[in-house]
Order: sequence, then C-alpha cells, then structure tokens
Amino acid sequence: MIKYNAGNIRSVAFALERLSVDFEITDEVEKIQKADKVIFPGVGEASSTMRYLKERKLDQVIIGLTQPVLGICLGMQLMCAHSDENNTACMAIFDETVKRFNADTAHKVPHIGWNSLIDTRDWIEGGLNDQFVYFVHSYYVPVNEFTSAVTDYTEPFSAAMRKNNFYAVQFHPEKSAKIGEQVLLNFLNRA
Amino acid sequence: MLTKRIIPCLDIKDGRTVKGINFIDLRDAGDPVELAAAYADQGADELVFLDISATNEKRKTFADLVKKIAARINIPFTVGGGINSVEDVAPLLESGADKVSINSAAVKNPELIDALSQAFGSQFIVLAIDAGKQENQWAVRTHGGKLPSDKKLFSWAKEGQERGAGEILFTSMDNDGTKNGFAIDPLQKLNELLTIPIIASGGAGNSFHFAEAFTLGKADAALAASVFHFGEIGIPQLKLFLKNHHVPVRL
Repeated sequence: MIKYNAGNIRSVAFALERLSVDFEITDEVEKIQKADKVIFPGVGEASSTMRYLKERKLDQVIIGLTQPVLGICLGMQLMCAHSDENNTACMAIFDETVKRFNADTAHKVPHIGWNSLIDTRDWIEGGLNDQFVYFVHSYYVPVNEFTSAVTDYTEPFSAAMRKNNFYAVQFHPEKSAKIGEQVLLNFLNRA
Repeated sequence: MLTKRIIPCLDIKDGRTVKGINFIDLRDAGDPVELAAAYADQGADELVFLDISATNEKRKTFADLVKKIAARINIPFTVGGGINSVEDVAPLLESGADKVSINSAAVKNPELIDALSQAFGSQFIVLAIDAGKQENQWAVRTHGGKLPSDKKLFSWAKEGQERGAGEILFTSMDNDGTKNGFAIDPLQKLNELLTIPIIASGGAGNSFHFAEAFTLGKADAALAASVFHFGEIGIPQLKLFLKNHHVPVRL
C-alpha cells in the first residue's frame, strides 16, 4: 500500500488485516515496484495530494506499474486525466475528467452513505449487482468505456473502473461491510 | 439509490459504554468494541461514539479505543466529545475514525470548523448542534444542552456549512428523551436551507418515528441511543418497517 498523506490508510490497513493479507505500507519506490499488487488509497483534496505525489515522483512510479493496482476514492480520481477540484492535472491513466456533483435539496453534496452498484461487469461481477457500498465524495468520474460498475446519484457515475492492470473504486471497500470485503478479494484474487 | 442511514450512538466514559445495554446477549455489554461489532452485524449503517470522560487524561484512552474499534468493525464511524483543536483530531483520524463531530467548541470558536475542514476535508467534519425552542426560536445550547448560547439553529447550521462542515447532526433538546418522535418542522427547514446531509437526533420511540424523520423531515440519516440499547427497536426490524413504508434502506 502506497504511503502518502491519504486519510484512509489506517482503515484500509485494518481491512487487509481482517482479510489476513500480507501487506506493507511504504513509499519506497523499489518496494512498490516489486509488490505483487499495489493499493493506492485516498481521502483528501486533489490538488494538494497531486502536488505531494509529484514532489516525491510517486505519480510516475504509479503510472509505470505493471502489476494489478487498485485506486480507492481520491486514488481513483487522481488516476484520471483531470479533476475539476481546484483545476488539477492528474495521472491520466484513465482519459476522463472528474466533475463535481450539483447539489440540490434532493441530492446533498457530499454524497454520503450506502448506495447500490448497478451494471456490474468485469472484476465487479459475482453477485455484486444491486449490493450496497459506502460512499463519501463530492466529485465523480462519469460513466465511460472502462466503467466496471455504475451508481446513480444526480446522474449515473463510475463506481468502479478497470483499464488493463489499473483497477479503481469510488466507494470505500474498507468501510463497506461484507460487500466491500468481496470487492477487495475480487481485486486481490485476480492474477 | 442512496439509502437513509440508521445510526446507533454510544456514550463512552473511561473506555466503557455508559448506558445500560441489554439488547443482545454479549459477553461484556460494557465493551464498546463488542457492542459496535454487534450493531454492525445487525445492519447499522454507521456508528457514533461520544466520549464523555471528564478529564484529558482519560481521553487519551479514547484514541486507543478508537483503534480497537477500527480494527474490528467494517462500517464507518464518527467519534466526538471534547474536541477543541486540530491537534485533538489528528490522533483520532490516525487511529482509524472516519469522521469527528464537534459541538460546544465550535459554538465558542466557529473558526475551528474552517481549520478542521481545511486540515482534513469537509467529509471528516460533522457539526453537532443541540437546540431547543425558546420564544418561538430554535436556540442553540452547549455542553450537552446545559448552557445557553447566542446562536440560533438555522443561521448556525448555514454558517457551519459555509465554514466547511460536511454534515449537520441536529439534536432537538425538546424531543430528546421523550420518545415522542423527532422534531419534524426544524428538520424540514434545515433540509430546505442546506445542501449538506442532515442527521436527525432526539425523540426516537418507535419505528414510525424514524419513517417520519425520513419522509416528512427529509433527514438523510437518523440517530438514536436508548431505543437500540434497550432492545426496544431492533435494527433489522426497523429497516424492514422502513422498506415497507417506501423509505430506501440497505438490507
């Protein structure tokens, strides 16, 4: 798991411990590159987080990884090309722009709580359709050709994505009870 | 569809749950970790832990407890009680808490909301507001409702949102402990006024009260303590009731 100033590193670590997964939290490039799988957690603000990663050249390390990589929440958003959150250039693994939800009295922002996965496919298959996972976010990635699961809020958005070895979820599998554990296992068990 | 959240609240003193708890056969009902795990298994959507320890020394044990809770449960939880500064929050978040709630300290020093949301993000900050009706106005009270303040509910909630709070936890002091239902009118007004989620608290006595808070009050979540702790309302039964009343819930 990539060590940086993300807010949910401890929670993701606890989830991996509950699943009895061997893991290490590190920002050493060599260790990250040699790992079987890499998790890129994330809670925070896009521009300051991208700056932090760039200063340590961790963005280039992540882009260059060839083993399975899972981006969580802000991690997923930073894998896109651009975020409207403080007009931030991101890693461009997915060629998408991250947008902000438009709030109204029927759609509060942040989008906080348990919402369902629909149109599940690829690595989010296996009984996960219509299941609930936990979200906390104000920005979202629109549905695109790499979307692996959709969730509906002010409009349908990408709850999960995959492009080659890069996996990503907008929700928090580490906080999504049994369903979240299943999503983590789907990622961890893929070759 | 985004579902309405059911949130049991646990008061913690010196690392132990305070109110008598007999809703389920636990090895140790005073152990917050055991209780939290039981609620998570029953389908609670989130949990809130309020530290009511009297001294700073005792509060240090709270961070250790937060770590134990985070290690065990796989749903989100909020911690609150005695938070006065950015320095108070960091160890709680590093221990695995998902959000913190602030109350009296924010009334005294509103800039605390700005400081916390800038340091940790809005999604971490729940502004808890205790208010009661006074001469036709909802007046904010502090220190568990014991002390008056110069703030009014609606303007203070709006200011909290503008300063960067991610959610409002509104407790009606007039309804709290009555078991006569949540305060619906102010909930409706808060919903019209704010664009951040609102958690209703105070007055839950039966399942119908929860349905009212969601359908009439338009609350995004509802919090209760004793009705859950004493087994008067079971969370699985409550959620089925809500589903049958067309309230979207996670089952």
